Amino acid sequence: MTMMLAFSHLLPGLLAQAQTFQAPQLADYMRILPELVLSLFGMLIMVVDPLLDEESSHQSLGTIAFIGTLTALASTIWMARYPGTAFYNMVRVEGFSVFFHFLVIAIAAVAILSSFEYLKVQRIRAGEYYGLILFCTVGMCLMSSAIELVLIFIALEISSISTYVLAGFRRRDAASSESSLKYFLLGSFATAFFLYGVALTFGATGSTNIDAIRQVLRSGNVPVLAYVATALMFVGLGFKVSSAPFHIWAPDVYEGAPAPVVGLMSTGPKAAAFAVLLRVMFEANAPGRFWLIWVSAALSMTLGNLGALLQGNVKRLLAYSSIAHAGYLLVAFAAQPELGTSAAMFYTAAYAAMNVGAFAVVSHVANAGEKYVTLEDYAGLGRRSPVLAATFTFFLMSLIGIPITGGFFAKFYVLTAALNSNLVGLAILLVLNSAVGAYYYLRIIVMMYMREPRGEVPVTPVSVAAGLAIAVCVLLTLYLGVLPGRVLDYAAHSASQLVSDTAAPRASSGAAATAQ
Amino acid sequence: MNMESLSPIILSLVTFIPAAGGLLILLIPRRDRDIKLFALVISILAFVASLHLPVHLHRELGAFKFEIDKIWIATPNIHYHMGIDGISVWLVVLTTFLTPLCVLVSWTSIHERVKEFFILLLILETALIGVFTSLDLFLFYFFWEATLIPMALLIGMYGHGRRVYAAVKYFLFTIIGSMFMLAAILWLYAKTGSFDFVVIQNAIRSGSVSGFENASLWLFLGFFIAFAVKVPLFPLHTWLPDAHVEAPTAGSVLLAGVLLKMGTYGLLRFDVGLFPEQAHRNAPWIMVLALIGIIYGALVSLVQPNMKKLIAYSSVSHLGFVVLGIFSFTTAGLNGAVFVMLAHGVATGGLFMLCGILYERRHTYEISEFGGLATPMPKYATFFLVTVLASVGLPLLNGFIGEFLVLSGAFQARPIYGILAATGVIWSACYLLWMYQRVFFGKVAHEVNNALPDLNLREKAALWPIAVAALVMGVAPLVWLSAIDPAVQRYALAPFTQLAGKVVGQ
Repeated sequence: MTMMLAFSHLLPGLLAQAQTFQAPQLADYMRILPELVLSLFGMLIMVVDPLLDEESSHQSLGTIAFIGTLTALASTIWMARYPGTAFYNMVRVEGFSVFFHFLVIAIAAVAILSSFEYLKVQRIRAGEYYGLILFCTVGMCLMSSAIELVLIFIALEISSISTYVLAGFRRRDAASSESSLKYFLLGSFATAFFLYGVALTFGATGSTNIDAIRQVLRSGNVPVLAYVATALMFVGLGFKVSSAPFHIWAPDVYEGAPAPVVGLMSTGPKAAAFAVLLRVMFEANAPGRFWLIWVSAALSMTLGNLGALLQGNVKRLLAYSSIAHAGYLLVAFAAQPELGTSAAMFYTAAYAAMNVGAFAVVSHVANAGEKYVTLEDYAGLGRRSPVLAATFTFFLMSLIGIPITGGFFAKFYVLTAALNSNLVGLAILLVLNSAVGAYYYLRIIVMMYMREPRGEVPVTPVSVAAGLAIAVCVLLTLYLGVLPGRVLDYAAHSASQLVSDTAAPRASSGAAATAQ
Repeated sequence: MNMESLSPIILSLVTFIPAAGGLLILLIPRRDRDIKLFALVISILAFVASLHLPVHLHRELGAFKFEIDKIWIATPNIHYHMGIDGISVWLVVLTTFLTPLCVLVSWTSIHERVKEFFILLLILETALIGVFTSLDLFLFYFFWEATLIPMALLIGMYGHGRRVYAAVKYFLFTIIGSMFMLAAILWLYAKTGSFDFVVIQNAIRSGSVSGFENASLWLFLGFFIAFAVKVPLFPLHTWLPDAHVEAPTAGSVLLAGVLLKMGTYGLLRFDVGLFPEQAHRNAPWIMVLALIGIIYGALVSLVQPNMKKLIAYSSVSHLGFVVLGIFSFTTAGLNGAVFVMLAHGVATGGLFMLCGILYERRHTYEISEFGGLATPMPKYATFFLVTVLASVGLPLLNGFIGEFLVLSGAFQARPIYGILAATGVIWSACYLLWMYQRVFFGKVAHEVNNALPDLNLREKAALWPIAVAALVMGVAPLVWLSAIDPAVQRYALAPFTQLAGKVVGQ
């Protein structure tokens, strides 16, 4: 808000809007209802935390946080009934933002479920932990619905700062502190790039509103500054999605951070950052994006997969794999806007389901102090805990991209989008990289089923919450792998909304747009 | 029940009965006997259901029958389109025929993780049947890939010695090959807007696919690589001996009996069916590769000290005949190719079962460990002899018909190919009969072998069907060929006569 007022004297358009100043209406609040709900629950947890003793707080605070996410999911449905912009063109509710709201809140819910047991075993204080997860989710939700670059930046910071802290939650472990510090330093550096890009965009187009930027960039003469701005924003967002060459942080941070948090931050903030990237690249029609994305996609796929080949630590392996998957996703960004957007949206959903699930398994196996995270520790898991191994195999199959899993259709849609846009080079790279990828995922499966178990790794029963989390992920991965039609249709519909040429009336409808 | 009302759902039934049974096994408590019995019942049920197919197939038409075409995913345009013709119907029946026998031979050889074993086996059966019944390229790819993990796990979890190496090698070879096929499928979809085999075939024939002229070679090769790995065609065959030697018996039986046929079936249905012009143009070098496979496979078999490896290499040789027959583009060659697929499935499947039975008793496949086995195990020796002779191609047994047809087809296409391939038949008699002689004849060479028990009832139950099938197929091949021939004429040869007509017309 203050930002808007600060800019208003520069912008005749906004000035006109400021003259017809209207107080935010109820519908405006409805359009950020999930964010409000999540913030309230986050604060509730902070308030309740000191009242409980540490032993009982794990269960009750986790439950509150979980209920918070469920309420937020319900309120997202409510929010979806109020399409349109809110708060003076800062936030827009549409198919696209509703999709990502659902996604990130669901990721948070599953991450919370898989944390129950973990926090108890690792003896981590639950209050701040769950509070931060909820606040992080607020940031991610806002990232997906903000159509104002400054608000996007604020939302990015809300989610980033929460994850910086979450990464360092295993305080007794130096690796975790290292992870947190590394993430913080490099992350701040990257967001500075993003902010710089925002400033240059403002310089080039005279606005920080996505719709207005689009109007200017469509009008024909694109200033050189806009190209620089695109590149700088891509650096910032590229860091968040861990695409090469901005991926160096990922393996170290993932290795040190608590496993459920890695499950969250390798999917949630990533999905949100991809949402922003979609808005910046496609909706705002950023100039000169093609080769930028092409190179980054090719590098991410190749470096990610080659890096993963050499890993002996499952968390690091999955970190490199997430770099590779960011590359696959970026392939969609190089495709035609409409096809690319829907393929990318489906990919983020499928990737979230399988990766959160995979990390839920990893955090269970890791046990106290995350002792068991090397490949050898997975030897004979198929014998020790057959069900856990079977679900992990299922997630790995999805990561490879084998049919009846969501990962297969995700890759399939990206490939279709790429081939439809005549990106034969990228398509071939994607295919070759998938083959390389198959090898290292297979190594884990081989370990679990075809090697003799080592005695010292203890078998612990899976708690109800973690079991529920894993089951939800399996079901979603299976659903996306067998009946992807509905999700894809939804994604395609909102994608066409996002990149359609009817942006002008949409933008001017503004805050006055009322509920249906 | 009215047989006509069964016809739209029968294919789905046959395809999914095994997988449904596999999932039900999940619910059975870990009492091994119950699980085995249940798996046997399910696999026999699938076999009985599949018998409906050849009985009610309108043979003379050669068209697809039992079709079901429902929208699976609206965008992209993916259909649940299944249907079979005279070629695929027998491959489906071969699959359902071999699976109960696999269950029988695994009865005592699988000791641990029994539950997982039979779940994997039944899921594998569904995937295999699905490959042969799919008429939607996407669905086909779906089942094609779905065979991968169960088979790799069967090899890797239940195999012998270097099983992990073999499983990983198998997995990587196949998945890399099929990626190329996926790319080709997606290209076709991008240009035609459909995954449907029939739609795409018509579009290609009517010449309405833009850019097809330039891309057709690459598309042909994309499919070809995936199938050639599976067949396996020289020089992509190196995964096969490893996979066979290390796989458990049931895995070997299905691998040799059915999985390899996925490759030759794919060549016939999709590579030849969709790109007849390219298939014709590339036939010379493919036939040369097939010939190399026939002779090289046979020569390598000759020197194998390990029974299972010997049979594995003999598969390379036999499957070379199939490829040779397909790419000879003659009626005899194509009919023979399909018949060899079936005959090889029965005979080699039987040989692997026999090897497995011996392995259970002695825990080795080395030929030198045996000798004179006919004395302690006369019944076993008899079954072995019948199967060996079927594989060698003795007249009145099933191997003869197919190989004879292929050879005459190859001879029509190019005499020198026919002559060279015929040497393969001689070689196969050499290596198989020589192995038989070393294992069964003479005095009992090792003391332990004297005490080997002969076949028990369960093993006989598994072997009788093989022997009977080998004999019936050899005596009355027309039962099979009367369905195969119209389908082959219609799908593989008709495009060529059209093609020839076009050329002449110009």
